Amino acid sequence: MDPECSRLLPALCAVLVDPRQPVADDTCLEKLLDWFKTVTEAGPSLLLLQENPCLVELLFRVLKAHDPHPRVLSFSLRLAGLFAAQEDCFQYLQQGELLPMLFGEAGPLGGAAWTAPTVRSGWLQGLRSLAQHPSALLFLADCGAVDTIFSLQGDSSLFVASAAGQLLVHILALAMQSPAEGHPSPQGCDWPACAQKIVCHVEDSLHSTATPQVTQALNVLTTTFGHCHGPWTQGLWVRLSPLVACLLEKDPIPASHSLMDLLLSVARSPVGSSDCGLWETLAQTLSHLSPIQAGPLALGILKLQDCPQALKTQAFGVLLQPLACVLKAAAQSPGPPGFPEGATGDSMTVDTFLSSKSACVGLLCQALAHLELLQLLPQRPSPWPQAPLLRAAVAILRFCNGSAAPTSDVGGHLCAVLAGCVRVQRAALDFLGTLSQGTGPQELVTQVFAVLLEYLTSPDSSPTVLKKAFQATLRWLLGSPKAPSCCDLDPHTQLFLRELLPVLRKRLCSPCWEARDSGLEFLTQVTRHWGGQAAFRHALLASEVPELTRQLLRDPESYVRASAVTATGQLSSWGLYTTPTSPEHPEVQQESLFTELLHILSTDSEGFPRRAVMQVFTQWLKDGHADVAEDLEQFVARVLQVASRDLDWEVRAQGLELALVFLEQLLGHPGSRCPYAVALPEAAAPATLAQVLQALCRVQLFEFALRALFDCDRPVAQKSCDLLLFLRAKATPCGGPQEAGASPDVVSVEAALQRWQAGEQGQPLGELEPEAVMAVLRSMDLEGLRGTLAKSSDHIEKSPQSLLQDLLASVGVLGENEADCY
Amino acid sequence: MKLYCLSGHPTLPCNVLKFKSTTIMLDCGLDMTSTLNFLPLPLVQSPRLSNLPGWSLKDGNAFLDKELKECSGHVFVDSVPEFCLPETELIDLSTVDVILISNYHCMMALPYITEHTGFTGTVYATEPTVQIGRLLMEELVNFIERVPKAQSASLWKNKDTQRLLPSPLKDAVEVSTWRRCYTMQEVNSALSKIQLVGYSQKIELFGAVQVTPLSSGYALGSSNWIIQSHYEKVSYVSGSSLLTTHPQPMDQASLKNSDVLILTGLTQIPTANPDGMVGEFCSNLALTVRNGGNVLVPCYPSGVIYDLLECLYQYIDSAGLSSIPFYFISPVANSSLEFSQIFAEWLCHNKQTKVYLPEPPFPHAELIQTNKLKHYPSIHGDFSNDFRQPCVVFTGHPSLRFGDVVHFMELWGKSSLNTVIFTEPDFSYLEALAPYQPLAMKCIYCPIDTRLNFIQVSKLLKEVQPLHVVCPEQYTQPPPAQSHRVDLMIDCQPPAMSYRRAEVLALPFRRRYEKIEIMPELADSLVPMEIKPGISLATVSAVLHTKDNKHVLQPPPRPAQPTGGKKRKRPSDDIPDCKVLKPLLSGSIPVEQFVQTLEKHGFSDIKVEDTAKGHIVLLQEAETLIQIEEDSTHIICDNDEVLRVRLRDLVLKFLQKF
Repeated sequence: MDPECSRLLPALCAVLVDPRQPVADDTCLEKLLDWFKTVTEAGPSLLLLQENPCLVELLFRVLKAHDPHPRVLSFSLRLAGLFAAQEDCFQYLQQGELLPMLFGEAGPLGGAAWTAPTVRSGWLQGLRSLAQHPSALLFLADCGAVDTIFSLQGDSSLFVASAAGQLLVHILALAMQSPAEGHPSPQGCDWPACAQKIVCHVEDSLHSTATPQVTQALNVLTTTFGHCHGPWTQGLWVRLSPLVACLLEKDPIPASHSLMDLLLSVARSPVGSSDCGLWETLAQTLSHLSPIQAGPLALGILKLQDCPQALKTQAFGVLLQPLACVLKAAAQSPGPPGFPEGATGDSMTVDTFLSSKSACVGLLCQALAHLELLQLLPQRPSPWPQAPLLRAAVAILRFCNGSAAPTSDVGGHLCAVLAGCVRVQRAALDFLGTLSQGTGPQELVTQVFAVLLEYLTSPDSSPTVLKKAFQATLRWLLGSPKAPSCCDLDPHTQLFLRELLPVLRKRLCSPCWEARDSGLEFLTQVTRHWGGQAAFRHALLASEVPELTRQLLRDPESYVRASAVTATGQLSSWGLYTTPTSPEHPEVQQESLFTELLHILSTDSEGFPRRAVMQVFTQWLKDGHADVAEDLEQFVARVLQVASRDLDWEVRAQGLELALVFLEQLLGHPGSRCPYAVALPEAAAPATLAQVLQALCRVQLFEFALRALFDCDRPVAQKSCDLLLFLRAKATPCGGPQEAGASPDVVSVEAALQRWQAGEQGQPLGELEPEAVMAVLRSMDLEGLRGTLAKSSDHIEKSPQSLLQDLLASVGVLGENEADCY
Repeated sequence: MKLYCLSGHPTLPCNVLKFKSTTIMLDCGLDMTSTLNFLPLPLVQSPRLSNLPGWSLKDGNAFLDKELKECSGHVFVDSVPEFCLPETELIDLSTVDVILISNYHCMMALPYITEHTGFTGTVYATEPTVQIGRLLMEELVNFIERVPKAQSASLWKNKDTQRLLPSPLKDAVEVSTWRRCYTMQEVNSALSKIQLVGYSQKIELFGAVQVTPLSSGYALGSSNWIIQSHYEKVSYVSGSSLLTTHPQPMDQASLKNSDVLILTGLTQIPTANPDGMVGEFCSNLALTVRNGGNVLVPCYPSGVIYDLLECLYQYIDSAGLSSIPFYFISPVANSSLEFSQIFAEWLCHNKQTKVYLPEPPFPHAELIQTNKLKHYPSIHGDFSNDFRQPCVVFTGHPSLRFGDVVHFMELWGKSSLNTVIFTEPDFSYLEALAPYQPLAMKCIYCPIDTRLNFIQVSKLLKEVQPLHVVCPEQYTQPPPAQSHRVDLMIDCQPPAMSYRRAEVLALPFRRRYEKIEIMPELADSLVPMEIKPGISLATVSAVLHTKDNKHVLQPPPRPAQPTGGKKRKRPSDDIPDCKVLKPLLSGSIPVEQFVQTLEKHGFSDIKVEDTAKGHIVLLQEAETLIQIEEDSTHIICDNDEVLRVRLRDLVLKFLQKF
């Protein structure tokens, strides 16, 4: 601890125990504890206590106080725990009998303060920190803390209850690995008393008829198997698994969620891999639980690395059951083969479907979400029943939009329940989108596109459903195979596109802005991937979509304008954006897209469209867009000029990004090289370099970057700093410092920079000579600036001194107020 | 209580309720779908329509060729269009006491009822309903009268002839009762019989029942009705909406605790969500206009059009349509647009508050001010000077059989650039288009029906919990085209009672109580006796006086006094004989105590037997039975009157007399 803090500490301790000066804000105490934690971890606590006797005194005084504030009491308990984590310090505190007074029955345990949850929580956390060594175990046994922890498991405060459970696990693990006990046998007859006590308590709880107690025991065990991997856990499972099995035989199964968590936790631990009984238990559980409860367990089983194939098949069957049920209900006649055996829509699932709308919707959404997760995993079941899953997803979507015509009773019921259900529609569309990673028989893929088109067309699709439908369509389109003969789109896709574009056109005219926005996003993505495909280009140009997109640049909704900017930018990159000529005067060319976007950048009142414009411009520069290449310098100069005035820091930062791309194109890529390492001049010959610098001066890139260097938004300044460092590294060989010296130019630039730094941004730099700029750059401590900028803005305020001063000051202010009042 | 169902159309109902000696007609909707069988009435001479070939029977018999014409593969009646009236034979309509109107669409048959059936009663409706109803009738009469047609076809209606006709003429029902449109005089006379009412106003009908209109949220001034007596309540729900459109929201709470709820006027398109349809309307409109095409919207002059104009007001700028003219053509266009702005108290809260700003509640005022929306009484006159294309035209009639819309169909039908967008759900758009086929113009069907859908109905029924629900039969089964959609029907417990045209339903509840007032002086004379805590009894001797369905107990007249100048006694003045009444008994006999009393009085050898209804006390010695039941006690002894009287007195000791 630094001396300044040591000096402040006594005053602080005095303030903390002063009942007249309550600490108003317990985040200060939390910060203080964090700091003490780093201090105790860095050095011996004993020394700390000896050097700062005020700390022990603080603990004593809190104990003696008549009615200590719960926050301070809780803080003291936790602080004592932190100190006592080191065994020598523990002994030191024991000498003063301080620990029993804090944690024993004489302490807050029985007092009025115990009613405050924060005190109980502090007590538990203090013990959690303290329990690090064998002496602590003895202490816990002596003061009877374990029994208190047992009772706190059922505390009304969830934080306290959860902390109690975790503390038990921690004590159990500590007891079992304690060197004093050697290596305990897995059987448990020679387990240390403390461990025995905890395990017996867990056993008793498992026998209990009260579900909360069973839940507590199961949670303790789940944490144990999740965190402890010693050989003794094997013994623990051998001892407790019969009790767990008994729970599974009850009807209904108590605390089924916690039970499933436990089984999965055991299965994931080393215990699982060696215990065959566990797999049987899991199999039994799967078949006993209701479909909605079994879902998460089945998914957990399928995520396990090594588990028997039979169990995996069973678990997969559980996940597939709801979909199998849907398929069966939707079938007009016995159709093509469905899911593998074990997933044939059993009566329990059907019952759930029929019981209520919410149960039916819940089960379907859960099944779809689980299968979607599973599909992405490397260990997903193989063979993956792609075709029946596709059929099921299509069937669900048809139930939801009312286009299914089932003949069975269950089908009729599903139809009534699911019609217009947005939740299921969203889940099914997401799932269908994920299924696009696989293929399917052409006839099914046709059905998929048909149902997607129904959703895109239907006026009843809600905005979120429409968005999902667009996303799923995009995934299926991009996943569709190319025609074998040429590299163009296959005929089915072309056919679909012809139907899709009129729908997209209509969506772009929708009065609902979300629909317009989703449509534009879709257009951007498709164009990004297919802008080069002749069939797509042909279909798109024949549709009205590009003109409508241009129209939407003036949409009243800023999100839509931003999406329209991105879309037109993308279309233009692929030459799909034709500037329309006005019908009355075909000879008059309307303004180019660049001018139009620049207009948005300089006038739009919302940030989103302006940011989108900057991104489009940066992309155009990278791609060498025709409009840009025409007059590169003019393009960069105009964009930077507008961007530098923007109020939105993201736009300014994007401007620097564009400037960097421009620099890279002129000077070569910074590549993987450290940006501020001295670069060798091989990238550009000196003659060229001079021309480059001239060009940079012409587009006023220096002025833009130097202004940004003193930007009030840190990310902008950082980006600018990086850019200037890159430039300096590249340009160093061009002219030494002696050339420009202290020319009048340099002096005026430096003066301007000083004014900017002081916040006077008004004055421009005017015409600059490259040499002067380079001289200024060389004279600046850019590396230092970069270091400062890299630190977070509160790095000064975060120091421990500042924390202690703040605490004192806040109390001090209180004192002054008191003086004023009386 | 009986319900006479005069109309089979679920959204254009006409029912008569007989309730407590009153006869109440609930709505009188006019089924105009019959007009679809007729040729359109062109406003401007149409060579196509005037040169259609006559239709002849298969055997070449051409006696109908003047009346029936073939057009686009269908056969139409070439005559003044006729409407299908509500049933007039089921009940003598001159006995109807009052007619309750729930909204302006449901009163179009009113002149037929009030002017031609001997009706002498009163019609109740809210002011906007009457005013806008008048506009609708005026428009209808105007549309039909301004294209005079000499011919009125009747040969085809002959039953034997009709059988030989092609569909749909062959299947048309009740053609003999179809009538031509009424005249403006009849409209005025019918409307003069209307008495205006406000929401929640209580109207007494002959002292027997009270009727109250409630806001139904569907249209300006639209109402549901509560018909109640002191102990019975019937709710009549017709054309209600829970969506936030322009009218005042629906009053659901007042419908609670009904014995019977008559439910009509649900959405005709249960699968179409109005929001989605409005979106569809706007997108298609924009796409057509953008391509240089015109948009035709066949519509009524009031109702959804206000909401459509409001949507367009917000939409046209964003869709770049600000330069496109919108035309609203109807003989009543001006009145409709202006009426909508003056009924502030009938509007939803948002629109009401605008009035205080002060701003017009509907934004179409601004569209008119800025010349974006223009309205004309017809295509003749100013309109032809201002007409500019591409444009959007709102005009009637949605059946496409009369009105200015006929002209636009003829004008624009040939170009695929143009679009006709159907927003009114009352007519099948394919049938409406039949005489215009083949049609190059695009047709978009986006029916906007804001009335309750089945999900909303099931929530409503759960909330208001009526004992019985009565509805048209169409609502008790899924739509014929979607027989698997069991969600598209009313699902309630007990199942709804359904009705169809020309059916009489006995409503399933009996009246059990009637309220009777006691005159104060009579009440003063009563001496109630508490027989158990909270319940007191008193005997009353009085004269029950019944007049105007009110019942009053008056003190019995004093013993006869000379009646002065009256020569003849009226029967009601008869004085009932006041016999000396036996006291009334109450209470119950505790068997054990009774037995003890008997023993005290010297009876022995007493046996008590329990029976299903009570006890039998057996006095074996005296050969006597005392049968004690809940509501009677019998002493059965063999000709020993002294013993019987003794026993009777013992029994009476346990009972209270008054």
